[in-house]
Amino acid sequence: MASSEALVFDAIRTPRGKGKFNGSLHGTKPVDLVVGLMHEILARNDQLDPNVIDDVVLGCVTPVGDQGADIAKTAAIKAGLPDTVAGVQLNRFCASGLEAVNIAAQKVASGWEDMVFAGGVESMSRLPMGSDGGAWAMDPETNYDTSFVPQGVSADLIATIEGFTRDDVDSYAVRSQDRASAAQAEGRFANSVVPVLDMNDQVVLDNDEFIRAGTTTETLGGLKPSFAAMGEMGGFDAVALQKFHWIEKINHVHTPGNSSGIVDGASLVAIGNAETGEKMGMKPRARILATALSGDDPTIMLTGPAPAAKKALAKAGITKDDLDLVEINEAFAAVVLRFVRDMDLDMEKVNVNGGAIAMGHPLGATGAMILGTIIDELHRTGGRYGLCTLCVGGGMGIATVVEAI
Amino acid sequence: MAESKTIRWDQDADGVVILTLDDPNQSANTMNRDYGESMAATVDRLEAEKDSIKGVILTSAKSTFFAGGDLNDLRGAQPEQAGELEEMVRELKSQLRRLESLGKPVVAAINGAALGGGLEIALATHYRIAVNSPKVQLGFPEVKLGLLPGCGGVVRTVRMRGITDALMSWLMQGQQRRVDKALELGLLDEIVESEADLVPAAKKWIEANPEAVQPWDVKGYKIPGGTPSNPALAMNLPAFPANLRKQIKGANYPAPKHIMSVAVEGAQVDFDTAIEIEGRYFVDLLTGKVAKNMIQAFFFDLQEVNGDRGRPADIETFDPKKAVVLGAGMMGAAIAYVCAKAGIEVVLKDVSQEAADRGKGYSAKLVDKQLEKGRTTQEKADALLALITATDDPALADGADMVIEAVFEDPKVKEQVYAEIEPHLAPNALLGSNTSTLPITDLAEGVSRPDDFIGLHFFSPVDKMPLLEIIRGKKTTDETLYRALDVAKKIKKTPIVVNDSRGFFTSRVIGTFINEGIAMLNEGIPAPTIEQASSQAGYPAPVLQLSDELNLNLMRRIRLAYEAALDADGGVWHDHPATIVIDRMLDEYKRGGRLDGAGFYEYEEGKRVGLWPGIKEAFGGDNLDADFKDLQERMMFIESLETVKCLDEGVIETVADANIGSIFGIGFPGWTGGVLQYINGYEGGVAGFVARSNELAEKYGERFVPPASLVAKAEAGELYLDAVPSPA
Repeated sequence: MASSEALVFDAIRTPRGKGKFNGSLHGTKPVDLVVGLMHEILARNDQLDPNVIDDVVLGCVTPVGDQGADIAKTAAIKAGLPDTVAGVQLNRFCASGLEAVNIAAQKVASGWEDMVFAGGVESMSRLPMGSDGGAWAMDPETNYDTSFVPQGVSADLIATIEGFTRDDVDSYAVRSQDRASAAQAEGRFANSVVPVLDMNDQVVLDNDEFIRAGTTTETLGGLKPSFAAMGEMGGFDAVALQKFHWIEKINHVHTPGNSSGIVDGASLVAIGNAETGEKMGMKPRARILATALSGDDPTIMLTGPAPAAKKALAKAGITKDDLDLVEINEAFAAVVLRFVRDMDLDMEKVNVNGGAIAMGHPLGATGAMILGTIIDELHRTGGRYGLCTLCVGGGMGIATVVEAI
Repeated sequence: MAESKTIRWDQDADGVVILTLDDPNQSANTMNRDYGESMAATVDRLEAEKDSIKGVILTSAKSTFFAGGDLNDLRGAQPEQAGELEEMVRELKSQLRRLESLGKPVVAAINGAALGGGLEIALATHYRIAVNSPKVQLGFPEVKLGLLPGCGGVVRTVRMRGITDALMSWLMQGQQRRVDKALELGLLDEIVESEADLVPAAKKWIEANPEAVQPWDVKGYKIPGGTPSNPALAMNLPAFPANLRKQIKGANYPAPKHIMSVAVEGAQVDFDTAIEIEGRYFVDLLTGKVAKNMIQAFFFDLQEVNGDRGRPADIETFDPKKAVVLGAGMMGAAIAYVCAKAGIEVVLKDVSQEAADRGKGYSAKLVDKQLEKGRTTQEKADALLALITATDDPALADGADMVIEAVFEDPKVKEQVYAEIEPHLAPNALLGSNTSTLPITDLAEGVSRPDDFIGLHFFSPVDKMPLLEIIRGKKTTDETLYRALDVAKKIKKTPIVVNDSRGFFTSRVIGTFINEGIAMLNEGIPAPTIEQASSQAGYPAPVLQLSDELNLNLMRRIRLAYEAALDADGGVWHDHPATIVIDRMLDEYKRGGRLDGAGFYEYEEGKRVGLWPGIKEAFGGDNLDADFKDLQERMMFIESLETVKCLDEGVIETVADANIGSIFGIGFPGWTGGVLQYINGYEGGVAGFVARSNELAEKYGERFVPPASLVAKAEAGELYLDAVPSPA
């Protein structure tokens, strides 16, 4: 079959709950977060025959325990989707959610599949970051030879190299909080955020609960750097400086206040071709113009978005000036500031409704969440082109270019 | 059944077999071919006669228990032999595995040092008893030779002690433990008071434990502290390699990394797979360059420099009783300490009583610190301090049989203090000078007995630095030299012997290193890059930091003196690109180093706080394009090339002196095996080194052009090795 356009029909998500024992979603199984979203998409598109769904592609960064054993297929079965609907879990670290979207888009664009659900899930309160082990950090030979450092140290290295001060990153964090709380208050997320219900249909959480309205640089200024002890006592500063040898000392500026929050949540996007959408009575909201992956040095690790974005823009045949909106995942404030500098972007187009610093970053789910956010906002503002990008472990970067319909 | 040559078998009437390790061809037992064959035969026999055996005791007829691998064999290992080497260690390990799973209790009765392979054998028994004696030490020194314990040592220690403790207490630093500490740290089970108690104690244990098995062969066994899947360990594990990198500054030491890797990877699989993994990492180290370099330097060269150096039988051992140290400054004060520590009475003389007292205060401070840490007793501390007399009175030197002069580096001052002290000395007192740069031959003219005059160049801090550079003047007799070597032995310093020349060997060579580092500033290389390049090359102190310690004023004074001397001889001074940096630092910025409170670094109350931000403005520092490997190798190459010139000029006569002097005295990277072994071990050997020198000369200047003797060596396909009989 000939190739076709990959269209986004729906993009929804759960609210993000604090990723701790006292977070609202800690009592909800990760598989149920996904099942709830599957039911919602079917409910919103009442003519969609689930038999046309070829596959469910879900990002999940810690696929062990409650999230292990292919949570995508598990959710499909539990949601009561037909036995013919497949499911696959993938892990591209923090880009997993957007990778799921991109793979779904590629499946559809290739013409080999017609309708794919893509998204991600992460219950960080139940499966803490790193609980899946992995040779990169845990195998001494691999760790040593590849100069492994935790991402926080990488973020501080970026800030040091770029000369971002504590005040710079804190100011950016305040902006994220301001934008997110305003957007929430205005109901800009209302279309995409689907309340999480318990088995008795009682609301567990209906809104992002991590946002701290009224955050100021003064309140943030009191927070201790998160990665100084790890960098110094853990030896990771030394590892980074041996590679980035022209830097004398790492300036540890990132704190819990200017880094992405640890939260629970899930996201789901329906991607299909025009013909199937039409048959199923679904209205396309955006088309995916291009996807890209790229990378940079794995020790500085978080500078991958710019090369990935440039690659995606070139594939889409547009320039950064054509972009109306940009979503770059706020893993750390310095990542955003560096990306904006690398791309020479107008900050007014970037993360206009805040980001993960304010709302949290449920690792495997975030990529598909920001895709929904940018489509909603393009529709709200009448914009045309949007770019989503995330920095990724291992130095990778990912990007997706969408056009609102 | 093969014959056992090195392990004697005696079975007592009670059924206990006593295996005595006793290699007839060597003074110590090692893991050589004979051992392998003997152990194979012994284990075969144990298995065959098992039913009539009650238990097994493993002991040694030598003064040590077992010395470990045979380094003469090991240093020849080549990468293409990897397969047979893996097979060889597999065989040795399987013997020990069979020994520990015999089904009968096996006890190690440790009568002397059990290091390396010796401890590995002991760990393959069920119970370890040692004699309470300072001679009995347990440990894994392999890491210091660039190796790892490849006969199950890593795997068994991890399974006995857990990953963290095994690495920290036993494996990563090659600590050697006395019996009480070994017991506390869990690799020893029992201590007996005398050698005669060993076998009875072993038999008692055998009697009580007829079913002995290793803990890891018991069902349900768990590694103490858990495997990497244990969250508490998992949380910290990623920092293990990072901290190692921090500690070794990214320099080329593969052994500790391999040890850590075996410990962690091996903990996640069964015992037999773990020792197979250990064998792979071991063979990788064994066939690599670094282990060969380190074995050469830290075993063979060290043995050579500490050896008898062809000493004629008629020269009596010199045992100094009373030393005079002239000058109670930093060096003199510390020299007084090391002499007193060796039990020598010391007269510490300076121009004023006050200055002399201050000098003695240094020793007081050192012993106080040791008392605090429980490393000495009040009695010993008092006795040490009582040996040092601080004075301004030369008459107190009465009858002294040794002088070490450590006054200001001015020949006139030195002559004066000698003239004052000489009348009070014993008639044949050894006359030493701790000058680091002034020619000994010239200084000898200032004393009445130039034959007895010799350079004794100590390194700062004297109480920590192991080297003593002994400098022979033109008139220094052989007897004086051997007496100086006796002094070195007495005060526990490692000696090297060099001939007289400006800067001798060490100062001359280290000067080229520092100049090379400083010159890089003028090329716009960022200062942190220069520091990292020297650290990652393996130097213990980064080059600009070291320069601050030594002080640019001193360097300039030495340079000017050398220039003047050269001028006087009609020689030509070749200017070095570092000169302009040094002159500007001194003249424009008044930043000589730590002593001035300002150098390449900034200092607050004497504490180094960071690089001087003005470096960028003064010298640039935006050149990020420099090849990092070039930067590292320029520093090492220039030192090796200078050493070849020292050999050419007869300043230094043996390869061992050069290698040891460079590592122990001036911080040449230890993984290279020293300044000449570095040439041997460079990629492509000596010829590869010559080719690379030429390349560096092309890029960075004529100072890298290899001397003719080096080129000739490459062409002849020779290495820098001393012609010494291989040790028996």
